[in-house]
Amino acid sequence: MHTKSHIDIIATFLFLCIATLGISSVYSATSEFGVFSLFEGRSGKQMMFLGIAIFIGLVFLLLNSNFFELFSWPIYGAIMLLLVAVLFVGSDINGARSWIKIGSFSLQPAEFAKYGTAFAVSSLLSTIGFSFYKKADVLKLIVVILLPMALIVLQGDTGSALVFASFILVFYREGLSPLLLVLGISIIAIFVLTLVYGSLIFSVAMIVLLGVVFAFTYTNKKILLPSILIVVLTILLSLSVQFLFDNVLQDHQKKRIQVTLNLIEDNQGAGYNVNQSKIAIGSGGWSGKGFLNGSHTKGDFIPEQTTDFIFCTIGEEGGWLLSSGTILLFVLLILRLYHMANRAKKKYKRVFIFSLASILFFHLTINVGMTIGIMPVIGIPLPFISYGGSSVLSFTVFMFTALKMDASRDEDLTSEF
Amino acid sequence: MNFRFRSYYIYVAVVFIGLIYVLRLLEIQVLDDKYSLIAEKISLRKQTIYPQRGLILDRNKKLMVYNEPVYDLMLSVPIKLQDIDTTEFCRLVNIERSEFDKRLEKAKRTAYHGKAIFIKNVSNVIFARLQERLYEYKGFFFEIRQDRNYKYNSSSHVLGYLGEITRSDLESQQESYYEQGDFMGKNGIEKFYEEYLRGVKGESYFYVDKFGVNKGIYKEGKLDINPKDGRNLYLSLDIDLQQYGEGLLDNKMGSVVALDPKTGEILALISSPFFDPANFNIQNRSKHYADALMDPTKPMFNRAVSAPYPPGSTFKPIMALIGLQDGAIYPETHFGCPGYYRLGRRIIKCHGHTFNTSLERSIASSCNTYYCNTFKAMMQSDKYANTEAAYNSWRNYLESFGLGQELGVDVSGEFKGWLKDASFYDRMHGKGSWNYSRIISLSFGQGELGMTPIQMANVAAIIANRGHFYTPHVVHRIEGVNEIPEKYRVKHRTMISPTTFDPVIRGMLLVNESGTAAGVSIKGINIAGKTGTVQNPHGKNHAAYMAFAPAENPRIAIAVIVEEAGYGATWAAPIANLMIEHYLKPDSVLISSRSYLETRLREANLIPEKFIRKSDTTSNAH
Ligand SMILES: [Zn+2]
Repeated sequence: MHTKSHIDIIATFLFLCIATLGISSVYSATSEFGVFSLFEGRSGKQMMFLGIAIFIGLVFLLLNSNFFELFSWPIYGAIMLLLVAVLFVGSDINGARSWIKIGSFSLQPAEFAKYGTAFAVSSLLSTIGFSFYKKADVLKLIVVILLPMALIVLQGDTGSALVFASFILVFYREGLSPLLLVLGISIIAIFVLTLVYGSLIFSVAMIVLLGVVFAFTYTNKKILLPSILIVVLTILLSLSVQFLFDNVLQDHQKKRIQVTLNLIEDNQGAGYNVNQSKIAIGSGGWSGKGFLNGSHTKGDFIPEQTTDFIFCTIGEEGGWLLSSGTILLFVLLILRLYHMANRAKKKYKRVFIFSLASILFFHLTINVGMTIGIMPVIGIPLPFISYGGSSVLSFTVFMFTALKMDASRDEDLTSEF
Repeated sequence: MNFRFRSYYIYVAVVFIGLIYVLRLLEIQVLDDKYSLIAEKISLRKQTIYPQRGLILDRNKKLMVYNEPVYDLMLSVPIKLQDIDTTEFCRLVNIERSEFDKRLEKAKRTAYHGKAIFIKNVSNVIFARLQERLYEYKGFFFEIRQDRNYKYNSSSHVLGYLGEITRSDLESQQESYYEQGDFMGKNGIEKFYEEYLRGVKGESYFYVDKFGVNKGIYKEGKLDINPKDGRNLYLSLDIDLQQYGEGLLDNKMGSVVALDPKTGEILALISSPFFDPANFNIQNRSKHYADALMDPTKPMFNRAVSAPYPPGSTFKPIMALIGLQDGAIYPETHFGCPGYYRLGRRIIKCHGHTFNTSLERSIASSCNTYYCNTFKAMMQSDKYANTEAAYNSWRNYLESFGLGQELGVDVSGEFKGWLKDASFYDRMHGKGSWNYSRIISLSFGQGELGMTPIQMANVAAIIANRGHFYTPHVVHRIEGVNEIPEKYRVKHRTMISPTTFDPVIRGMLLVNESGTAAGVSIKGINIAGKTGTVQNPHGKNHAAYMAFAPAENPRIAIAVIVEEAGYGATWAAPIANLMIEHYLKPDSVLISSRSYLETRLREANLIPEKFIRKSDTTSNAH
């Protein structure tokens, strides 16, 4: 059977828009009035990586549509080996051992781990007879996810490890009980409330809440025991969070959390980056200060300006119009990818594309959220925009793999949903 | 089971997050302008461009005061020193490591306008050494301002000095021109003509990075202002005459003021001991200020305008003029002098001279008796209802000479002198119960009378002009301004009519021909003068002298006071006469007796023992 493959124009267009924005932002963040041209320095490198990635992507388009499905596990395995290797031969940069030096090029395996894991997850979930209610299946899934996470945490790059939380959305889509999501959100809520109000006030509040619930439902004895159980559990959790926070976490970690929750004002230490970032973005106004005219960006006030805080350049020089536009481009791309996932006939492809969309969603939420001060500072890049060869390469290749899978959907037979 | 519907929840979540972020961006970028203001504060810098301060030159266009850059080593705020080699930096700026930390702390406390002073007034050597390596020390930069330097170790009391603006100066300024850290004239000419000398500061706006490094011009320099240099100022001083006089007054306490009677221009104004003006510029002040304040000879004190001395016998020409004008005496009036004036049981001594004394001779030989009689005649005149009325009339004459009031000169520290109201004597002796005998010593310049040297020089100018004067001033010309301030162009008339002066001037000429100053007269110049030996209850007499020359067409009027020196004829008159000669005949070859006189004066040390500090080896740079 032969069907003419055609790649999704909308997703490709959105991707190209974002990537172009990325190169110009990196250029603006590094150019010193005429010192660099677009093709030199970091923007030049960024272009080169993008070019290489697109070339690889185009090669992918020529591959047999079943290539990835067949090679899922070898790809996953190879990347896991890289993650192990980096622990032994990696070089330390900024306190994290996440880089393998190959000549003048530094490879960051953690960036590729998401890509590799997406293959493994897709393969596992599309196994015939897979169920979230089979212990063996769930165990395999946990191992597949936790292995790269653990290896990345060992490298000292907690931020990148947290990205794997995005797979929860994939599992939810594929039938994982929503209770797990609710549980996850509840734990985060308990965590935040404990740190904001302290475990004592939290506990008292929970007991009062329990009393109120009883007062209205005293006739219903069935919920009595579970309610008490839930309250006891939350209080225990709250106490352990408090204990963890007071006794286990180091000062700079505590501070970072407190700054994020707005519990303390700290514009010099942990909060310095966020404060400078907010100033840069906030000073952009409606339409920004103009390309290459961001005084705050130019002033080198923001650390990691080309990488984690690249959104500052967009916000300062392009103002609300461009920063909102950027978010709109991402939202549209993510929605388009979800749409592409859902129109896939094979579960394998659906899971894979869904994984990409969810990872992009997670990166967008955390990265932009941190630059505007409503998310904790977790050092992960803004996809396609932040400077970094590994990040650009892995996301672009990820993107093209998804495009290829989508383009060849007509060759597939409809599988289960 | 089909879970496709769950995708829609996720779509909603994506749109929801997108919406929240877009709204949050709207809040911080559009609705809240706090961030724009902070960003400007952090990354926009205004640099003040200091203009060249106007130069100061003497009447013959000889440069006296010029500018010299001073370098302040500054730190940019926020102060974040990273990756700097502190040890090497300390070596370059020549400070200890502990000193470095101290200064850093202080800089953090005192930062203003996005910068803080790290080291003030860095030497040229350190500036040159550090400047070329400054790029290694991000956050540090130099600010260049103009300090003063001086061609001559001279005229310090006239020139004054610059200083950093104080908080009260800042608060009291009307046009908000100055900013913290600016220099301004604090004293002397620098203060009086600050407005002309300072010029107009320029401004340049640019962006800086977090190390304060210039990152580009703001709005293509649309807001920038070019500085305007200050106006040059020509003083009426003759620096040759000034320095010559300073040499003669070396190792003496006293003062010389020389005026051009025709214009009121100050040709020389000396207060001795004086200080090197270079010691009081911004860079050196701290090293010398305390020392100058502690010095018992008070070098900071401008005796020429601040110190009131009883005029002694130099007052006699004034008394003669008032007596003549008021009708108490006539040009032909003679009084007999037995060598004293008897006042009841009291005796006022006079000097040995011929018994029958004319007005002219009374000036030439400085007869006390003549003036006691003149004063008595005036105080007891039928014109006046009582002594008080007569006294008030006498006082009015003196006020018309500019006595008992500030003249309004452009030299710092002017004092009005002493000239008492009648009520002073009422309080002392009881209302209506005092007469001429109580205040007779005023007639020969003693008692409750005090004239500053500049007032005395002005009296000499009044006599030279036969009855009028212009307020003495040191400003000769302000570059780019047509006229000097109006108050220095107004002719003040005294209550003495011009013809009254003739006999008095004849008497004053006799002083140098055959009178008290005959020994130090100058051949070829008709000098009208009057010596004075001022009784000093605290030590030796002060030597005083006032004169003008040449009598037929006066070009210089002068007053000299040498404290605790003795006779006016011995110490004050020769200084004045030499200066007159120096000014009127600068090219004349001095004959040997003159050069002997000059050497005698230069070498005499008349500073009383009580003022000499044991540790003091050099009281004066000259
Ligand atoms: Zn006599």
